[in-house]
Amino acid sequence: MNAVYEMINYPIVLLSAVIAPFSILIVITFVSHGTLFGTAIEGGLIMTFFSSGISLQSDLSHLKNDFKLQDMIVSSPTSAGLYMGGMTLAEIVYSIPSLAILIALAGIYLQHSLLQIAILSIALLLIFAISVALGFMLSTFSNDVVQSYAFSRLISLLFTTLPPVYYPITYVPAVYRYIAYLSPTTYVAEIMQSATGYLKISVSNLIFDWVILSAVCAIVLFIAYKKTRWKDI
Amino acid sequence: MGKLECNGLTKVYEDQRKALENVTFTVDTNGIFGLIGRNGAGKTTLIRILATELQPTAGSASINGLDVITQDSKLREKIAIVPQEARTIRWMTSKQTVSSYLLWRGYRYNDAKRLADESLAKLGLEQYANVLTSRLSGGTKRKVLLATVTASEADVIFLDEPTTGLDPISRRELWEILRALGKERFIFLTTHYLEEAEQLADKIGILKDGKLISFGTLSELRKTARYQYSIKLPPKVQVPQLKDGEVTTDKSGVTQIMTNEDEAFSLARAFADQGVKFSITPVSLDDIFFYLVGQKARDE
Repeated sequence: MNAVYEMINYPIVLLSAVIAPFSILIVITFVSHGTLFGTAIEGGLIMTFFSSGISLQSDLSHLKNDFKLQDMIVSSPTSAGLYMGGMTLAEIVYSIPSLAILIALAGIYLQHSLLQIAILSIALLLIFAISVALGFMLSTFSNDVVQSYAFSRLISLLFTTLPPVYYPITYVPAVYRYIAYLSPTTYVAEIMQSATGYLKISVSNLIFDWVILSAVCAIVLFIAYKKTRWKDI
Repeated sequence: MGKLECNGLTKVYEDQRKALENVTFTVDTNGIFGLIGRNGAGKTTLIRILATELQPTAGSASINGLDVITQDSKLREKIAIVPQEARTIRWMTSKQTVSSYLLWRGYRYNDAKRLADESLAKLGLEQYANVLTSRLSGGTKRKVLLATVTASEADVIFLDEPTTGLDPISRRELWEILRALGKERFIFLTTHYLEEAEQLADKIGILKDGKLISFGTLSELRKTARYQYSIKLPPKVQVPQLKDGEVTTDKSGVTQIMTNEDEAFSLARAFADQGVKFSITPVSLDDIFFYLVGQKARDE
């Protein structure tokens, strides 16, 4: 309800949630004369899901440090997992306007098959899980809201704007592609673009992308489970 | 009747700072318990351990038979806390604040809304139910936080310095609410306002440098003080030689004599015979606190 209450009481929040993914989508579409419209929509989806998850870091840090909400929740029947789940839902609620527009655009202009939709959904779910786990874990360590927001924006920029998410990796000069592969969002973009025919990669490369993405997800979830500081020590 | 028991609670933080040292006491979980101490005395550390937010380094504690470490999940169904410096979420109305907390605690949406209404009404906050908390005064925000935790089923409420920063009128309004709440549930409050503990608490604990240096009812604490009576004299009154007692004079020239019962009444008779205006009272919690904590210069 946190997100719903905020959007009801402050409708401007709705608008600001929509702006980021669409600003890049529009730029990429215009610069490419429309040829990258499809990958830009997929990039918008990646950015929306990843940013939603990583926003947990700053939003929970804000609630924890400024409002002491985490302390109130720890001393209640709510578990860390339930709190994370609830807040993740809140972040998704914030993203519903962006997601609704992006999905509508994809439905109208890209017309994916059910199999493509399934592949895209799984890939997006994995990157969302990575960003949620990372965001929640970092929030429990944070004690400075200003740094938290800056850090959240920085991570979002590093993983969704700089890597080839809105366009195929083939547009990146070869020497920089190794750097791009440091970001898990690059693998998601490759999987999504190859599933929808915007990028041609070999089956072995595709398998490699899935393995890397799944492994990163498992590792981040494991670290978050072990290192999250719910109760102080 | 349940009990809150602390047995040798010790907390040493990662930076090796010792916040609590062997704190042991037992208090019935009804009425209001007031924990007082200077800043950094360990009040927040103790309340956070009892509220299952913080792991102690040594010792144990239980509330109504539930261990705060090994049975924390069960205990959390029975407790609620308003932490120090907790604030209402500014993008929510009072009712949304209360109901969202109840939703977190697992209440159904309709129950949360109904209980939020009831709790706000009980604290006289009906007119603020649909007002954004960012538009409320400091005192009303604190009341909303109280309404938030008391709307739940928790029968042990921890309040960490609930009135810090409030103006005297708001503080007294909150005291009235706390007095009423203390008749229904157990309230464990920390404060550095001695008057607050004196006014509200059925039992009082005094923490100094992480150690519990005194514990009991106000009258029991008075007995632990070296002197039981306080006489205050206006400026320029000659103070006779005391057999047993302490004399302090503040910046405005008011003299305070703390002494035992016999000497206090003997002095009172002498001042009355001389026509000197004076007041005589049993020692206050202030006097006990400053005596025990070793702070004499309370008027500085």
